[in-house]
Parts: sequence; structure tokens; C-alpha cells
Amino acid sequence: MIKGTVLINTETCKGCELCIVACPQESLSLSQKINLRGYRYVELSQDNCTGCTNCAIVCPDAAITVYRQSKQNYKKAV
Amino acid sequence: MLEDTVLELDGMQCVYQKPSTLTDDYMHYCPGCGHAVAHKILMEVVEEMGIQEDIIGVAPVGCSVFAYNYMNIDMQEAAHGRASAVATGIRRVLPEKYVFSYQGDGDLAAIGTAETIHTINRGENILIVFINNGIYGMTGGQMAPTSLFGQKTSTSPYGRDIEHNGYPLKITELIAHLPGAYYVTRQAVHTPNTVRKFKKSLKNAFEYQKLKKGTCFIEVVSNCPSGWKMTPKETLTYIEEKMLPEYPLGDLKVPTQNKN
Amino acid sequence: METKNTEIRLMKGNEALAEAAIRAGLDAYFGYPITPQSEVLEYLTEQIPKRRGVVLQAESEVASINMIYGAAGAGARVMTSSSSPGMSLMQEGISYIAAAELPCLLVNVVRGGPGLGTIQPSQGDYFQATKGGGHGDYRLIVLAPSSVQEMCDFVFDGFKLAEKYRNPTMILSDGALGQMMEKVEFPEEGSLPHQVPAWATTGKKGRERNFITSLHMEPEQMEEINLHLQRKYKTIEENEVRYETFEVEDAEIVLVAFGLPARICQKTVELAREKGIKAGLVRPITLFPFPKKILSDLSKKIDHFLVVELNAGQMVEDVMLAANGNCPVHFKGRMGGMIMQPEDVLEEIEKIVEQPIPLVAGQE
Repeated sequence: MIKGTVLINTETCKGCELCIVACPQESLSLSQKINLRGYRYVELSQDNCTGCTNCAIVCPDAAITVYRQSKQNYKKAV
Repeated sequence: MLEDTVLELDGMQCVYQKPSTLTDDYMHYCPGCGHAVAHKILMEVVEEMGIQEDIIGVAPVGCSVFAYNYMNIDMQEAAHGRASAVATGIRRVLPEKYVFSYQGDGDLAAIGTAETIHTINRGENILIVFINNGIYGMTGGQMAPTSLFGQKTSTSPYGRDIEHNGYPLKITELIAHLPGAYYVTRQAVHTPNTVRKFKKSLKNAFEYQKLKKGTCFIEVVSNCPSGWKMTPKETLTYIEEKMLPEYPLGDLKVPTQNKN
Repeated sequence: METKNTEIRLMKGNEALAEAAIRAGLDAYFGYPITPQSEVLEYLTEQIPKRRGVVLQAESEVASINMIYGAAGAGARVMTSSSSPGMSLMQEGISYIAAAELPCLLVNVVRGGPGLGTIQPSQGDYFQATKGGGHGDYRLIVLAPSSVQEMCDFVFDGFKLAEKYRNPTMILSDGALGQMMEKVEFPEEGSLPHQVPAWATTGKKGRERNFITSLHMEPEQMEEINLHLQRKYKTIEENEVRYETFEVEDAEIVLVAFGLPARICQKTVELAREKGIKAGLVRPITLFPFPKKILSDLSKKIDHFLVVELNAGQMVEDVMLAANGNCPVHFKGRMGGMIMQPEDVLEEIEKIVEQPIPLVAGQE
């Protein structure tokens, strides 16, 4: 699988969980911690992100930045 | 690309980030609100098409009254229901720019029904983005013309009753019949799939504006977690099970090759 | 049709207004038919395609005023016109335009009211025009023509004032002026150039974005906006008052009238003078800003004001305020499209001057 990861802006995140539903890998979950506005924010809880961007696409607050291994690097790694 | 985004991380490329055409303002929308998704995708399309400097938007009265705080483009705030008339005024004096109105169900299908129908009847060369969440969010969750049969709202506390309040108004079906309507489609923004399709419909609409053939109309079946009194996750089910049967997704009118 | 030079024509008031608008560089007109001013829309739909600009018959006055808002916000020189019931529909939009500080020219060809009323002339919208009309603390600059020539001239003046102050400006006319034909001399077309202002929403090329709004949720900000508007109105009051006087230097009774009744009153003054009554006339041209000072100054010298209007008594209140108890203020009005004759006003003058001056103003 291609490797990917996400950076989540924890202060912008409102914990709506739509990204959790959208993620095909179940990589995301709600943190136990809360941000300054009192929302539990979302975090990567597994190491299996593929950088598919589904989470970022549905995020209302554009809180997610997605990174994905390029095909070159993936082929090298394999 | 945003200035301060790290473009590479651990050998991985950035493949998705917040569009630069959205401002830095924190969005006031409730967690999980479809408005915010719609704003984001609209601004993504503006960024990708490179039209940020040539576009004017008209914000409605409703939850998205503050749209102009989030969209980094020239915008005008309209009186309730009048966004398509305001957009008409802009379009008539700026014939070469991109012009769109962004409206909710009260704005477009209650108080603004006359303006909506006549703007489209004139084939005004604008895009109308119609966010339909079957409720009046901003004012506290009252019934909308598009509220469903049996839906409990603050002004239909026993559930919408057809005999008393009439039927959910299928305004999109109505206006699709008008010859001035060039492209009419119903989309959603609650899943990755629907969001991608919505983005495509926006791109179509702005491409069609170059042709000056009539009004483009995109309804977005959306949610209102606060008004519907549900969690954002629960609204996804409500959309699938209740809203979409009443307001089915898909194209109602597409330009044919032979259309003049 | 030769339109470049100045031109003298015999024209109906409404049409003169429309012709003046084109010559004054109108970019767009959005309007809706209503008697007695439909000729404005008709003239423009016929002329504008041959000359320059945009004209569109909207689906209602509500739509019209919002199209005006959009086009004005996009930097265009815009005008709309209507008559009393239609003007009522526009009040929300006008409030928005005033709050967003957009320049535009509004024309109200007033008819008898209230309600659907009549199509005959009236001045029953004075309050609506000068005291707000729509919600909130705002004012329109209001010009009151009393001839077809002024129907033309005030279009040029109206655009200038609207753009100078970023404020909606209204020409408060009436059904008779709109319909009657008189000689009018038009200025040259293009003699009032227009630049798209820097704050307009034309697409954010090479600048930060502009947005036009009247929504300010923070009380501090909303108050600041209001204070700014009030300062603007104060400046307008200090600089833009216009009025005309006739035979007031030695007058003992001064008539105050605007628009058509002012012409009637001018004749009345002549008739009164023939009878040895020292009558005079003040004709406010700007209803906002109201010519308080001349009336206040006169109130200290004269015996009586007689305010003559085609309504139940609206401008008379402003005259009373200006007179501030210094002299009695009388009123003669007709409504519903009835118009007083000079002889009727003279009769009223005679009644007033025959009576002893009361010790307390208003006690008759």
C-alpha cells in the first residue's frame, strides 16, 4: 500500500467525525483531549493511512492536510 | 498553495490542503455543517480555474450570511431572498466576469421565489448555488418550504402536516422547466463521492458561464445538525434515508449538443 | 436624433427625466411599471439600446431595488424610479443601500395614497422620503423639482450628490410634474464623467477583495458605522442646503411649499401683493437637508408661516421645528389628487391676516 499521512489542525477541528466515517482505513479517531474551543479533535490513531484524501475532502473546516508517498518512492520502498 | 504549508513531509508530497482562496477566518458553522464543505469546494474550484480575480459572489441571509468572511473574492451581501436580483444587477453591468449567488432554502424558495424564478426565466448568465437542508438554521430551526412531511421543527413542533403547511417544495424541478435554465443539477456534500461530484458540477457551471447560454443551478442537499437535532454522523443517515428519496441526486437538465 | 449638444425640447416630465439620465451617463436602470411614471421605463427601454447603458424591466420593485444594489456595488451609475406604492416596496432595499453607502438615484413620482390610492399627484411621501422610510437611522438626500427643467437638472445634481457622499439620493416629484409638458434645455451628453470607484466589487484584480455589506454584528462596530453615517449627514446639512425665496425681504406672511404647490404659491404671492398683503414664499429645493436656517431667521421677523402641501401635513412639522415657536405656523393641504388653486391659498392668507396674532403660537 502507498504510504500516506495527515496533518490535522487541532484548533480548527470541531470533532464532527465526518472524516472518521469517510476514512476507508479506519485510521482516524477522536482524541480524548480537547482544543481551546472545547471540541475533541480528531487524530491519526493508526499507522495505515494511504493518503487517499477522503477525510480532507469531507472536512467542513479544511482542517486536514494530506501527504502521500509518490509512486517513485513507493516503488523504491517496496 | 498556502504559503505556510509544508509541501513535503518525510519524503511524502502534499496532495490536499485548504485552498488559498478561503480566508484564514475561523468558520462559525456548526460542526459537520454542509455549508462549510460547500464553501471550501467552491473556493477550490475558483483556485484551480484561476478566476479569483474575476469573480463576484452574492451572499444570502441565513447561516451563510457570513460567506463573505470566508471566501477571498469580491462579494456582496444581499437582503433576504434577493441574492439573484443582486447578482442580476452585477451581471448586467459586468458582462465578462464570473457571477454567482449562494442561497439557502428560505432565501431561494420562500421569500426569494419570485426573484429566483424570474432570474432564471431571463436566463441570467449566473450560477445559483442552492443549499437545501430543509430548515431555517440561522434563525433557530424553523420550518422551510423544503422541510419534509412529518419533520419536526421549531414552527412545526408536531411534525410538518401537508394539510396545514403544504408540500415540500421541489423548486429545482420547477425551475428546470424554464427555458432560461441551462444546467440544473442536484448534488450533495456528505460523502467523499458526492463531494467530488459536486466539485465537477461547479466546474461545469463556470465553464458554461463562458458560453453565456443561461442560468446554471446547483442544488446541494445538505444537513443541519443543530436544526435537525442530530450529531453530524446521524445527519449522514438522515440525508441518505429521508432527504435523498425526496430530493434525488442527479442532473435535471444538461446542455445538449444541439441546444442553441 | 442629435444628442451630443445641448438641446431644447418640449417634453413630458417623466421623459425629460429619462433623457437627462442617459445624458448624465446612466450605466443601468432597473425598474417596474407603475402609473404615473411608467414613461421613464418606456423611454429608457426605447432609447438605451440606441445609445448606451443597460435597462431591464424587473419582476417587481423589490427586485428592481436589489438589482440597483448589486449594480451600484459593482461600481455602476444607476437609477430607478417608481411611485408611492412601489416606493414602499423599495424601502428595505433602500435601507440596505444607505447602510452599505452605495450611490444611486431614486425617483418617486408621488401619487395619492395611502394604499393603492389614486394615480393623481400628491406629496404624501414627504415623511417616507425625508425621515427614513426604511428601517434604521439613515437619510436620503432629497431634491424636490417644481418644473420639467428641474426634472432634468436634478438628475445631474442627484448623481453628483449621490456619488460625492456615497448616499442614495431621491428626486421627490409628483404625478402632475411627471405628466406635464414644458420646455426643457438638456446639457450635453457625457458632460458628467464617471469613474468606477475603488471600493466596487469588480473582481479583485491587483488588490485586496472588496465586500459590500450592511451587516455588523458587534455593537461597537455597528455604533461606529452609525456615527459615521450621522457625521456624513451633518456634513450634507452644512453644505448642500438649497432653496429659493420670492418676495421675503419685507414679508409679513411667508408661504412655504415645495414642488408643484410652490408654483401655485408663487402666483398666490403675486395676487396677495396686488391686494396689499405683504406675502412671500420660501421654496425648499432640498427637503433633506432641510433649509432650517432661512426659516428660523424668517420666523423671528415675520408674523406667520403658511405651509401649503398636497398632503395632510408633513413638511409643516419641519417648518414648525425651524420656527421653534417664534411665530405661528399654519397649514393648508389637499389630498387624494385634489390641487388647490392660487385663489384658495389667497383666501387662506386673508383669513390668517385678518385674525389677531395669538399670544401663543398655534392657538387660533
